[in-house]
Amino acid sequence: MKNPLDSIWGTIISGLVVTVILYYVVKSVLM
Amino acid sequence: MELVPVLARWLHFLAGIMWIGLLYYFNFVQVPALKAAAADNTAAGITRHVAPRALLYFRWSAVVTWLAGAALLGSNFVSAFTLQKGYAGIGIGAWLGTIMLFNVWTLIWPNQQKILGLKPATDEEKNKARRVALLASRTNMMLSIPMLFFMAGGMTHKAAFGL
Repeated sequence: MKNPLDSIWGTIISGLVVTVILYYVVKSVLM
Repeated sequence: MELVPVLARWLHFLAGIMWIGLLYYFNFVQVPALKAAAADNTAAGITRHVAPRALLYFRWSAVVTWLAGAALLGSNFVSAFTLQKGYAGIGIGAWLGTIMLFNVWTLIWPNQQKILGLKPATDEEKNKARRVALLASRTNMMLSIPMLFFMAGGMTHKAAFGL
């Protein structure tokens, strides 16, 4: 599988995915 | 008015804009520009005159951003980094920023020194350094997205977290 960080768009989409995951972790587990 | 938090927030934003601005410059402008410049043998101008200056401000603005952020957290520093109740949002942002600072000084800068010829390296070491530096830089760009989401907390974010 190609590394998503090899492209700008892959990097941005990965960042958005990480944001959503962390948002739900913070909201449901840590808040 | 408490002067330290006011100055710390101001400095945190100023240095943070420089740090993340240069991070985006590297990823959106310099990396693709170097690829194009390598094709017509004009990369030397960028690697000799632009990249070392950009890296100088990049790595030191990262330090200033972190220190000003720590000063801004003040007595909440431990609560944020241990993700205590009510501090988890800013704590996640602080952790992401800290990981990014670590990447700058332990992965990006040492490998860029080899790439730019500031430190002796064989061609094979330079090729490896290019890959590590690119991935570390891209990792920081990726982490900047959630980092800014969690750092830029305010009334809107309290609503987003249902507080």
